[in-house]
Order: sequence, then structure tokens, then C-alpha cells
Amino acid sequence: MAGRPRDKGVISRGEEQGLWRDVWHQLRRNRLAMSGLVIFLGFVILALVGLSLTTGKSPLLDPSLVRLPEKLRPPLAKARADLLHPEELPPLGIYLMGTDELGRDVFSRMMQGAWVSLTVGFVAVGIAVGIGIVLGGIAGYYGAKPLRIGTILGLAGLFSGPFALASKRLDIFLLLEGAGILVLVSTRYLGLRKGFVARFFTLPCVSVDTLIMRAVDVMLCFPSFFLILTVVAILPPSIYNIMAVIGLTSWMGTARFVRAEFLSLREQDFVLAAKALGLSDARIIFRHLVPNAVAPVLVSATLGIAGAILTEAGLSFLGFGVPPPHATWGNILSDGKRFLFDAPWLTLIPGSAVLTVVLAFNLFGEGLREALNPRLRRSR
Amino acid sequence: MISFLARSIVQKLVTLFFVSIVSFAVVHMAPGEPSQVDPMNPKFTPEVVERFRKAFHLDEPLHVQYLLFYGDLLRGKTVSWKDNQPVLAKIWERFLNSLPLFLVGSLLTWTISFPLGVQAAVKRGSLLDKTTTFTAYFFISIPGFFFAYLLIVGVVEVLRVPVVGMETFGLSQAPLTHRVMDRIWHLVIPSILGATVGVAELSRYVRSQMLEVESQDYIRTARAKGLPQDMVHYKHALRNALLPFVTMFGLMIPGLIGGSVIIESIFSWPGMGRMAYEAIMARDYPVILTLNFLSAVLVLVGTLVSDILYMLVDPRIRL
Repeated sequence: MAGRPRDKGVISRGEEQGLWRDVWHQLRRNRLAMSGLVIFLGFVILALVGLSLTTGKSPLLDPSLVRLPEKLRPPLAKARADLLHPEELPPLGIYLMGTDELGRDVFSRMMQGAWVSLTVGFVAVGIAVGIGIVLGGIAGYYGAKPLRIGTILGLAGLFSGPFALASKRLDIFLLLEGAGILVLVSTRYLGLRKGFVARFFTLPCVSVDTLIMRAVDVMLCFPSFFLILTVVAILPPSIYNIMAVIGLTSWMGTARFVRAEFLSLREQDFVLAAKALGLSDARIIFRHLVPNAVAPVLVSATLGIAGAILTEAGLSFLGFGVPPPHATWGNILSDGKRFLFDAPWLTLIPGSAVLTVVLAFNLFGEGLREALNPRLRRSR
Repeated sequence: MISFLARSIVQKLVTLFFVSIVSFAVVHMAPGEPSQVDPMNPKFTPEVVERFRKAFHLDEPLHVQYLLFYGDLLRGKTVSWKDNQPVLAKIWERFLNSLPLFLVGSLLTWTISFPLGVQAAVKRGSLLDKTTTFTAYFFISIPGFFFAYLLIVGVVEVLRVPVVGMETFGLSQAPLTHRVMDRIWHLVIPSILGATVGVAELSRYVRSQMLEVESQDYIRTARAKGLPQDMVHYKHALRNALLPFVTMFGLMIPGLIGGSVIIESIFSWPGMGRMAYEAIMARDYPVILTLNFLSAVLVLVGTLVSDILYMLVDPRIRL
């Protein structure tokens, strides 16, 4: 597993491998979870194959080729060679999954869409897990350490700068950022000197932990799908915006898990040993604590990917997804809904594809959760 | 108790303040502004746009706009940009439409998922457990809109259940009983749809909670002293497993606004989710911001209620 601590004497290698081998044994016996894993791997391969077949100058499968005479052909229909140019014929001469209302080959569109679903899922969850680990880690590790008033004021200046920029006041923006940096730097070194101002700026205020956890509370107050919808509707349509927005609105769970794990881990002896060896905080956090806290994160990431794929499909369905010429499973379904009764395959095929992939992620994630939770293990 | 309440209310007010800033910033930092939504419209001459900007304070700097907007909101004077109607009245009307859907959906969810989850946990590893597990994941994973279309194709054709709107058009002259039945008939499909996902999630949660309790020492003790299985399951285990669900009554409240955008837009249900969708499409900022603010208030009230409930039912917790 990635992120295994390699420093000798902190956690012995054998023990760590033992955990994952144990988890693997538990997983092997869970047939639902294993079939989830198999489908998941198959989906990754399919998405990669799809990407290579549908891009380039003259792709084997062209997802955007319009064949107007061949509208709404059912799956497995033979292409009518007399109506098409030879280069417009699909491979093998049949439409494996039929064609849509513009005569585009649904099979090639599905292959292209697989890659979109995969990247949206992984990138969005990657962003969320990254933010969650960093913020949760800081909150859990530095926990009670109080921030100085100067630090908070400085950060407030830095973060409110962009608002000034938004109302097109460049001067105020520069003023805020400059003042923020100035206050931050001076607070860092003012502690040495005396005087009223210095003492005010170095007064301890709320702790880092409180600050970050209140931020989590604020984020949890938003109804997430509504928030995502608002942001995506306002921003120009693009696949990267969707990934970023889904990622930025779903890090709170990970942050909470990681914080809880860190709170208990940081009291343990191996952390004390690492500190005594003089390791830097960053090294302790990322090399020693994160690998030990990775289990719950992995579970929530697996389930998060399923959620992100569903959200993307929902957004595409409402018309806010990836912009049109590019096919995604969500917008194939969304285009197909008008032909629900005449061409049901336009709804059924992408719908079942999303269902299968999301189901696989969910089953695998839950299997992982069960395998990692010693209390839920069956007695042997 | 009093000091806990006071502290948590102050804390929640601070949270609410930051929520209001973030949501205001999110909406207003976007490129373009509502007066430019439709530049090709011949009615939008520069003078009209200017008047529009003045009327809604769009020419002021952002922090002034923020104060003006939330001042209006707290005094209940916010009006929609689209039709100049008071926003709160509009939301109240939509809320009354969403309420029956929410109530029927939650009722179905809670009554079905408890027996299912408990049975699955008690008979762990049985055929029932395996079937409900798989079915639950199936319904958690199915995209809501896809499931809606499957229902439309499958059920509507056969049973002739209506799927559009809240009532049949032109029934206002019909007798009262007929109208009530018509309303209920229209509720069937959307609430089934909402409830299936709810049942799937909640029954999984009930099951895992029940399993958690069943592995505790006092359950082993109860078995060891020879109590009948039913007594152990339903008297000792179930009672303790039910505790966290008391708090879920509080956490259910925010579901009133958030959860139904897709379902309501498929079934043309004039509720709050659809209102949110329409407001977003029209860039009707006052409506978007008010809905956001209200749902944040609901979340905070919900957590407060659930904390208090937890304190009341669980003597181990003293805040």
C-alpha cells in the first residue's frame, strides 16, 4: 500500500504489511466487495481504452461524427452502407449500442464518457482528500496550540483581498494583501520586543483546531448539491470547474476523520520518539501520522468517488455538466430522455453504466470498511 | 444546561454569519452580473440596465451590498429580481408544496427501514441479510433521475399513475374528496422515489448500529446468563442501538430544502428544490441567497435540536 513508513523502528514493516494482508484476507471472503473490485478495475481499463480509441486525428471510434440518415437506430443494427460514405461506417459495420438523435454512435460516446466519469471521480476526490488531510492534520496535530491575534488578523487580510479584487478595487486588494503579509511577518518576530502593540498582536486567541473545525461547520451548513449547482451554473461550463467544485465542497468528512485519528495518534510513543530524534513537523505528519491514518480515508475516498460520479451525472442531467460536443454518461442520458419511449436504449445504456460503476465503488468501499473495522469482523 | 445552550447558540450565530459571507461571496464573485444576463434583449437599453443596477444597489461596493441585502432579509423585505415579489412569501408557498412530499417520504423511510435493518443485523449472513444488503447498495447507487425514468416507463404505462405536477389541471370545480384523492395519487411516484433511497441508506445505518451494539460485552453477559435470544435482541440490543436515531430527527430538518432538486424538476413538482433550480437558471440572487441562508439556519437548528435530544435520552451525556 502507498505511504508505508520506511523509517526503521517507528512501525516495523512486518506489522504494517500484516494489517493489509489481513484486510486482503477479509476482503477475499466478501464476494460482493470482490466483484466490486473486479468491476472497478475493468472500468479503469475500459476508460483508458476508450480514451485511446476516441481521441486523435482519425480515431477508430468517432464519438462526434454525425450521420443524419442513421438517426435513432437500435442497438446491434447494421449500418446502411448505401447511405453513408465509406469512412463514416462504424467499425464492424454495426452500431453496437445504437445511435442517437443525430446518428452518432452511442458505443463510441459511451467509451468517451467513461474517461470523463473516471477523471471526474478521481480528481474531485483527490482534491477533497488532499484538502481534508492537510486541514484535518493541522487541526489534529497542532490542536490546542493557540493562534496569536496578529496571525488571525494577517490571515484575514490575505483572504479578504480577493473580495476587493472582485469589486474591481485593485488598490484595496494590494493594501489588504500587503498589510496581511506585514502583520503576519511582524507577529512572527514581534514576540521578542516589548510595547503595547507587540503585546496585543502576540496575545493568544482561538486555537488552530477551533478555527478549522468552525470552517468545517460553515461548509457543512450548505446543502451540497444546491451549492455545487449554484457555482457550476455561474462559472463558465468546463469539466475542470466541475471537478474543482465537487472537490472543494466535499473535503469536510475527510478532515474530520483525519483530525480524530491524529488526536489519538499524536499521543503515542512513536511520535514522541520521532520528535526526540529531531524530525521536522512536516516529516512527522506526512511520513509517520498520515500512513497510520490512511485506512478511514481510503474508505471515504472510495465512497466519495461513487458520490462524485453520481453528482457529475446529475449535473449533466440538469444541463450544467460538461459542455456538449464532449460526451459524458450524464449528458447522453439527458439528451436521450426526450426519446424515452422511442429509443429507450439512449436512457437504459448510460443509466445502467453509471449504476454499475457506482455500485462497484460502493460495494468495494463498504467491504473495505468492514474489513478494516475490527469490531465488525466475524469471529473465526 | 443553560450555559451549554447559550454557548452553542452564540457559536451557531457566528457560524451563520460566516455562512452568509461565504454564500454572498460565492454568488457575487462570479464573472458577469445579473444585469448582463441577456445583453441581446432589445428591452435592455443601457439606461434600463443603469436603472436596474441602481434599484438593486448593484452600483454600490460589495460590502455595502452585503449589508443592504442581509438588512433587507432580516427585516423580511427582500424582493425577487425576476418579478419583484417578496421572496419570503414565495418561499413559504413553495414550502407548503414540498411539505407533503417530505412528510410522506420520511414516514415511509422510517417505518420501513427499521424492521429491515434490525432483521438484517439479527440474522447476519442469512439470505435476508444478503438480499437487503445488495438491494440497499443498488438503490444507493442508482442515479435518481435514471430510477425516475425507469419508474415512469414501468409503472405509468401499466397503472396509469400521474407523474406531472401536484394535481390534475382543471379540477377546481370537482368535489373536495375527489380533489384530495387526486393530490394523494400525484404524491405516489415522487414519494416512492424519495423513500427508496432513504430506506436504502437508513436501513444500512440501522444494521451497522445494531451490529455495533451486538458486539458489546453487556450483550454477551445477557446471553451468558441464559436470556432467550429475542429478549437479548429486542430488549437489550435494540434499545441501545436506537439512541443515535433520536438525534437524526434533528438532522432530518435540512432535508426539506436540499434533497429534492432533481426529483422535483423531473416531476414538475412546484416545491422548493425546483424553486432553487429556477432561481439559479434566472440568476435571481435574492432567492438563491435567501434559500441558502434559510437552509443554513435549518441545519444549525437541526444540530441544536439533536444535541438537546441526545442529552435528554442518554443519561451518560452531560454537557
